[in-house]
Amino acid sequence: MTDVPFIEIEDVHFSRGSHEIFRGINMVIPQGKVTAIMGPSGTGKTTLLKLIGGQLTPDRGRIIVDGQDVHRLSRKALFTLRKRMGMLFQSGALFSDLDVFENVAFPLRVHTDLSDVMIRDLVLLKLEAVGLRGARHLTPAELSGGMARRVALARAIALDPELILYDEPFVGQDPISMGVLVQLIKRLNQALELTSVVVSHDIKETLSIADYLYLLADGQVVAEGTPHTLNANQDPRVSQFVHGEPDGPVPFHYPAETLYRDILGQATATRAG
Amino acid sequence: MQSRFQQGVDQIARLGRKGCDVMEALGRAGLFLAQSAVGVPSREGWYLWLRQMHFVGVLSLAIVLVSGLFIGMVLALQGYTILVDFGAEQALGQMVALSLLRELAPVVAALLFAGRAGSALTAEIGLMKATEQLTSMEMIGVDPLRRVIAPRLWAGFVALPILTVGFGVVGIWGGYLVGVEWLGVFEGSYWSNMQASVSFVSDVGNGIIKSLVFAVVVTWIAVFQGYDLVPTSEGISRATTRTVVYSSLAVLGLDFVLTAVMFGGL
Repeated sequence: MTDVPFIEIEDVHFSRGSHEIFRGINMVIPQGKVTAIMGPSGTGKTTLLKLIGGQLTPDRGRIIVDGQDVHRLSRKALFTLRKRMGMLFQSGALFSDLDVFENVAFPLRVHTDLSDVMIRDLVLLKLEAVGLRGARHLTPAELSGGMARRVALARAIALDPELILYDEPFVGQDPISMGVLVQLIKRLNQALELTSVVVSHDIKETLSIADYLYLLADGQVVAEGTPHTLNANQDPRVSQFVHGEPDGPVPFHYPAETLYRDILGQATATRAG
Repeated sequence: MQSRFQQGVDQIARLGRKGCDVMEALGRAGLFLAQSAVGVPSREGWYLWLRQMHFVGVLSLAIVLVSGLFIGMVLALQGYTILVDFGAEQALGQMVALSLLRELAPVVAALLFAGRAGSALTAEIGLMKATEQLTSMEMIGVDPLRRVIAPRLWAGFVALPILTVGFGVVGIWGGYLVGVEWLGVFEGSYWSNMQASVSFVSDVGNGIIKSLVFAVVVTWIAVFQGYDLVPTSEGISRATTRTVVYSSLAVLGLDFVLTAVMFGGL
């Protein structure tokens, strides 16, 4: 890749208890592009976003965001860096005690000294971008899942970040809101020249917007490339995921004894007993 | 024999592990308190604190005052039936006031506060954690310890002593209603006996000190349980139960210790 890297992930190891999630992953996320990180459930995609955001610390390796080693920053510097990042959570994570308008205004109120009039204009523009200017007085409880995610997106771009992290943006969306979200992510990336990282396992949608993809499995990057090269990849681990085959290197069955032993072994034991 | 020995060793190991877990949780809770309660609030911090004073304090007012009234009334009723046997019903005011100010107001108000405000705090913070609101706040660059936790802690610290005073005042009035208005104790002796025997420093003051201690303990337990829970619906319900159980036990246990120090000549 000839692009300028915005995030560099170097040999990152991470485990939770005895469960090893990452065993030395390396990635380069270029500036101004949409990079997708894909993989089956439980491969630690969300964990990776939390590592990039500095909420978790890797056991080994380092993560550089725009030239700064995230995990060597002081708490204050880390919070300053986070002002330049937006993150869209799977659940939306809107503040339940604030209405839509105040949710979007929240980052502006805490990080800027703008006047109320200015904040109002900015919030309405952000809400306009996600098509929810009319919903500003609703509370998060009154929003549908798709609307909540769009409000969360407006909040994530409120401070005009340089980087935006999307955690499973398409999960549990009906086809219409899915289409809206795909469009929004694409448009925001182009209009604001954002660096976007999309974590997802929705293949069709992700392939349609990503410039570059990484495929995670077994704690490692098993494949990377443009949507075109990934589609053509012959590696069984890749093609099982990309084409959604139920059985393959990722087995359909949870590890167990053979069925024969499990059933007949039990029967013999009962009879003998 | 070997296996029994082994079982014994296992049991000791389990006990040790449990002990380590408890110590670790206490350490986490201590750090949590130090990080969130210390610091100068911003202008917005005052506003957030005031909002929490409403949720934690004002909304607990009804239950605390009504309970105070009934407890004062029951005290007068029970006290009268015993005192009248000795012809000492004139001392009713003294009895009602001392039992309320020294014991019942701080303890019962704290127990009610744990049930009403403590459980609500745990559930609210737990829900914020489960719906990733705390994480998203961190990612926006705002420290949830300062923004969410600190105002709630300080609201609890301030609200419970005020509620306790309210409990005591309404309780004494309840005692007056039953003792003087209903049972016919002479009004002058009800108040003057109370005035003569209640010391502001050792009775009212110690009662308020007790309620300050309970306020810190109950709010700390409630807020920490919410912040530290497993972010699932089951985790929230368990943590809410734990808040009520732990804070009730802590209040009753500490009450004995404080009473022993304050009035027991320790």
